[in-house]
Amino acid sequence: MKKFRDMKLYRNPANVFMICMTLVLVIILICPLAALFSKAFLTASGDFAGLENYVKYFSTPALSVSIKNTMVVSCAAAVLGTLLGFLYAYGLTRTKIKGKTFFRYVAMIPLFLPTVVHGLSLVYLFGKQGMITGLGWDIGLYGRTGIILSEIIYTFPQAFLMFSIALNYADGRLYEAAETMGCGALKKFTHITLPSVKYTLINSLFVCFTLAFTDFGAPKVLGGNYNVLATDIYKQVAGQFNMNMGAVVGTLLLIPAVISFGVDRVTSGKNSEGISSKAQALKIKESKTRDGVFYLICGGISLCLLGLVAVLFVGAFTKYYPYDMGFTLENFKFNPSTGGFQSFLNSIGMSLLTAVVGTVFVFVYAYFIERGKCNRIFKNTGRMLSSLPLALPGMVIGLGFIFFFNQKDNPLNFIYGTVIILVLANIVHFYSVPFVTASGALKKLDKEYENVADSLKIPAWKTFCQVVVPLSLPAVLEIFMYYFMNSMVTVSAVVFLYSAQFKIASIAITHMEEAGDIAQAAAMSLLILLINVAARGLYEVCRRLSTRERGAREGAGKARVHLFKGKVQGSL
Amino acid sequence: MKRKIAMALMAMLAAAALAGCGGEKEDTKENGSTAQAGDAAGTEEEDAGGQKATSGEITVYTALEDEQVSEYLAKFNETYPDITVNVVRESTGIITAKLIAEKDNPQADVIWGTAASSMMVLDDMDALEPYEPEGCDRILPEFKSDKEIPTWVGIDAWETAFVVNTQELEKLGMEADEIKTYEDLLDPRLQGQIVMSNPNSSGTGFLTVSAILQLKGKDSEAGWDYLDQLHENVAQYVHSGSKPAKMAASGECAVGISFGYAGISQRDKGAPVEVIFPEEGSGWDLEANALLKKDEINPAAYTFLDWAITDEAMDLYRVNYPIVTVENTGSYEGYDSNPLDQLIDNDFSWAAENRESILNQWMENYDSKSEAE
Repeated sequence: MKKFRDMKLYRNPANVFMICMTLVLVIILICPLAALFSKAFLTASGDFAGLENYVKYFSTPALSVSIKNTMVVSCAAAVLGTLLGFLYAYGLTRTKIKGKTFFRYVAMIPLFLPTVVHGLSLVYLFGKQGMITGLGWDIGLYGRTGIILSEIIYTFPQAFLMFSIALNYADGRLYEAAETMGCGALKKFTHITLPSVKYTLINSLFVCFTLAFTDFGAPKVLGGNYNVLATDIYKQVAGQFNMNMGAVVGTLLLIPAVISFGVDRVTSGKNSEGISSKAQALKIKESKTRDGVFYLICGGISLCLLGLVAVLFVGAFTKYYPYDMGFTLENFKFNPSTGGFQSFLNSIGMSLLTAVVGTVFVFVYAYFIERGKCNRIFKNTGRMLSSLPLALPGMVIGLGFIFFFNQKDNPLNFIYGTVIILVLANIVHFYSVPFVTASGALKKLDKEYENVADSLKIPAWKTFCQVVVPLSLPAVLEIFMYYFMNSMVTVSAVVFLYSAQFKIASIAITHMEEAGDIAQAAAMSLLILLINVAARGLYEVCRRLSTRERGAREGAGKARVHLFKGKVQGSL
Repeated sequence: MKRKIAMALMAMLAAAALAGCGGEKEDTKENGSTAQAGDAAGTEEEDAGGQKATSGEITVYTALEDEQVSEYLAKFNETYPDITVNVVRESTGIITAKLIAEKDNPQADVIWGTAASSMMVLDDMDALEPYEPEGCDRILPEFKSDKEIPTWVGIDAWETAFVVNTQELEKLGMEADEIKTYEDLLDPRLQGQIVMSNPNSSGTGFLTVSAILQLKGKDSEAGWDYLDQLHENVAQYVHSGSKPAKMAASGECAVGISFGYAGISQRDKGAPVEVIFPEEGSGWDLEANALLKKDEINPAAYTFLDWAITDEAMDLYRVNYPIVTVENTGSYEGYDSNPLDQLIDNDFSWAAENRESILNQWMENYDSKSEAE
């Protein structure tokens, strides 16, 4: 033990913390995955099969078509989702359009609603009996079009979130300098703005690509005959009860995450997005044309997203769409067997817990990786682990959790069937986007803070609590909300893990939809929407408060360092 | 100090991870399977299956519909007010996947109303405990497992049905009564109007395809010829058994190839649909009950399984699923005669043996060239 402590690696508390947190991640991420994926190399009876299952899977007749389809859909979603997310975020951060709070809310709508509801809304709008189809515009929803539309709705808010954080930080001095040098708007955009979000751009493309690559919600509801890889896992597990083949497909779905990790390593090496502590806030100039264009873009996107909700209202308050359009409130009388109102309360409790624990974990972990003085090996391991969850379909997480935590000799077995396992599953499931958000925000902070603190012998935790966290407050709040909203609406992982005693609202919606009670599902979705909007409202208030102090804070960060200096000197 | 705490924490986490990952499990079997029975007081009677209790708490996994579950349980608790039943309800695919995943340490005591095809998979994995509930002799032999002491017992059957939207048919210039047989679905007016479930992802899809192949002659190509022609009229193959019925109900398609209850429940909610059972006969599967194999079997589980096939329970099932597994079957609107006659003479062992080749052939024929661009 003594020898152990003598080792240089462990003398650094940052390394110890890093190891602890990495171990937690190993337990809640790698162990469940290993428990499931080891089945890819076994036969159904548990004998070692080598690569036999893979050979069998690659000889599946329709596979090549599925691969081609998956690529088409994922690329389209990545490019379009990222483009729209960027434009929207640009409009909200770099122009003077009015109603930014409103627009910000609207962009979040897809996150406020369970994904099954996106599908329902699209059917209400573009299906054979859809409102827009009724007006004579039939887009042929079922198939490629439907999947791409649905994936864009799903990935857009994620891209928007990343860009709005990235674009929020800008060094006004660069733009002023460019201006004095007589650069045009286009040149400023391509030489300052784009390079400053380059890292986010690449990340966003990969995030959107991977999300679309692994999502089977949209293909299941709207896919028609358009087969993609992600539905294969559903077919194997829930259609043919073949866990071994399900595991095979699961491992293949990890490929984009691994590639994206490689790309991330390459790009972040050249990353120069950091903002110096001398940076000045960007002053947005007046421009009628620019604002006009962005009114059009943001307005247009908002209108589409609002359409999704409007449709829900119609669905929730009509008797039998489209054949009996009478008004009714009956749909809000939920069948008690789905868990009723209690499930709604359970959902809120679970989501709050997920948000608190998840935010703390993600932010602290990202801090150690981006700014901690720990060993590079730990940092890279951490980055690798953090990019994995993005590529995991909920079903893989759910089944992996069962296989791992439900073993009799696992000391953590007691959490099985409790709310804790739901919270852990959610933290893992939605881990990657908050991690990217956190590390993006942390990279932007000047290294000087730590260096100054260090040279003044101010403990690292003090710098962290009093400088880093306050300066990254928008990102922290964003992560909190992201966890909360996703946990409110998630289905695919928790459907395997919830217990009879603890039912949740998003599952209730799925049950209503399965039972054909689409109107009730719409009604329950409205309730979830309501709570999410309320939470978002609360968040906006917090954010306002934090940005109001922001100007003072920017300086205050430095001021605090001075304060420390004073204290330290005083105590000496 | 801080470092010590951190080290201790680390060691603990490492231990947890290692223990969890470690493969072999110790046998945690404790003395006897009825050690806990004493806790569940109340009247206990000795039976071949073990001790039964009229009080306690059990966990039941089921694929029955939400509404039905609460109705049935209310009735159960009238007779056994002291047994608390905790229910997890999911669609057949999900609940079966969950049961398989939990196999080594089952959380549920009882499986209730879940597809017999799922039961067979679980039985092959040795996850079910043989138990003959009271009154099991009333269940017709083809509706329960063929083991000496049955591992699962059927309660009702669900069968292939066409759910047709009358208003959408009218737009196509057709009447609902023009569709009576499988052949009628080949009508050129129905091109691109039919939705059926994909046999690779849905049990209903498989029982229908298997029935068509059996009806057309197991070893001839006639069945595949029919499916080829049907493919011309199919708009899409979906991943759930009840979805074609729902799509027909909401007008997303004119005809959904689904199962009886799915259509009837939509019609009762006000959808303009009719439910048609093909004249040639329907493919079918059972909903069945079983006891899970565990170290300690909950004595109240026996009581529940006994109740779940009583006449009282059968009368409840019959309201939604007229084909129950005891002799005196109810009447079913849509059937002229005994509803049992509607079921084809299903050769389950043939279906099980050829399942993989059927599914592969189906995938090759229809999944890989399904997107018309």
